[in-house]
Amino acid sequence: MQVLYGRHHVRVFRFGLRLVRDEQAAEDLINEVFLDVWRQAGKFEGRSAVSTWLLAITRFKALSVLRRRKDAELEDEAANAIEDTADDPEVATQKKDTSEALRKCLTGLSPEHREIVDLVYYHEKSVEEVAEIVGIPENTVKTRLFYARKKLAELLRAAGVERGWP
Amino acid sequence: MMALSKKMLEQEPSEIELLLPWHATGTLHARDARRVEEALARDPQLAKQYAVICEEYAATVHLNEGLGGPPPRAMLKLFAAIDAEPVRKPSAWFAARARISNFFTSLSPRTLAWSASLAVLALLLQAGVIAVMVAKNQPATYETASLSTNEPESMTRALAPEAAPPQRAAETATPPRALVRFAPDARMADVTALLDSYHAQILDGAEGGLFRLQFGGRSMTNDEAAALLARLQKEKIVSLAVAAP
Repeated sequence: MQVLYGRHHVRVFRFGLRLVRDEQAAEDLINEVFLDVWRQAGKFEGRSAVSTWLLAITRFKALSVLRRRKDAELEDEAANAIEDTADDPEVATQKKDTSEALRKCLTGLSPEHREIVDLVYYHEKSVEEVAEIVGIPENTVKTRLFYARKKLAELLRAAGVERGWP
Repeated sequence: MMALSKKMLEQEPSEIELLLPWHATGTLHARDARRVEEALARDPQLAKQYAVICEEYAATVHLNEGLGGPPPRAMLKLFAAIDAEPVRKPSAWFAARARISNFFTSLSPRTLAWSASLAVLALLLQAGVIAVMVAKNQPATYETASLSTNEPESMTRALAPEAAPPQRAAETATPPRALVRFAPDARMADVTALLDSYHAQILDGAEGGLFRLQFGGRSMTNDEAAALLARLQKEKIVSLAVAAP
């Protein structure tokens, strides 16, 4: 268990943190995830990578955390995150730092878009693995990432960054 | 420009376009990766979009890496919770997986490579021996085609003792054996070729990198065995070869 924890806890924590956006909640989340793994190790069928299995559990638990929060709170949070980016276009333009603007806009994506971007780009999961983690068809995985990228481009344009796509 | 961008936004993405992010992360199947590469080579717009994707990829990694990790207290809390759990018997799958994993991780890469190669060799040799035995024991079935179908069993029984080769004593005699150590830089292909040329098989691997080999399938005179050993000792990839029981 220590080996499993040592190997995966940071990525599980980061995935959880990006979804729930609260360090304490993410900390509690990884505890719940690994405790569940300990309790239900027999359910792991070995058909997918351990990391895929862990991320699927993390996602499920993160959604439970998010559901427990009030809807209004969530909406405010999402709106603030997007507004933060949109309110600051001059600064972003002045800095001429596309990377920094990109990182800022990545945090402004909806939870649904954030998770798919992270799973593909950071956790380097294949189409099939993302489909397994998120529980959606493979074609939906592809189109969801495409629309997440388009949303990202819109946020960047609002922040004064034009990248030539779309 | 804005009108064009808006139009592009409204367009349905192509299949290749959808696959670009996975191409950037190297998680596509070979066939899809090839399709994407070909499309990128002939479509500058797609190549431009791919460059944008690479920026997104780098930014996402950078963003996530900047998130840090959970504090050490998270681990302490977790293991305290696990300690408080009732003792569980790990599932058979996990236990077996752990045992196999531990065994293989305990081996050095070189040992692992050798073990895998020897396992393949053993399988091939075993398959060869089985094939030879089957071929030898096979009655001449095509001869029975002309036999009366009224008495197939009695004819088969009658033929069987005659079909058995009368060389059982020669087959059971012990062929020569030797303990052999291969040169450290010996390649697997060389070892395989050597085993083939000597009609040798590996009986087992002893301590210190020595392998017990058996040569051919028949007994030899002392002179023949000594000559074979002398020839083996001169092989480039053999650093040691001594007769063995």
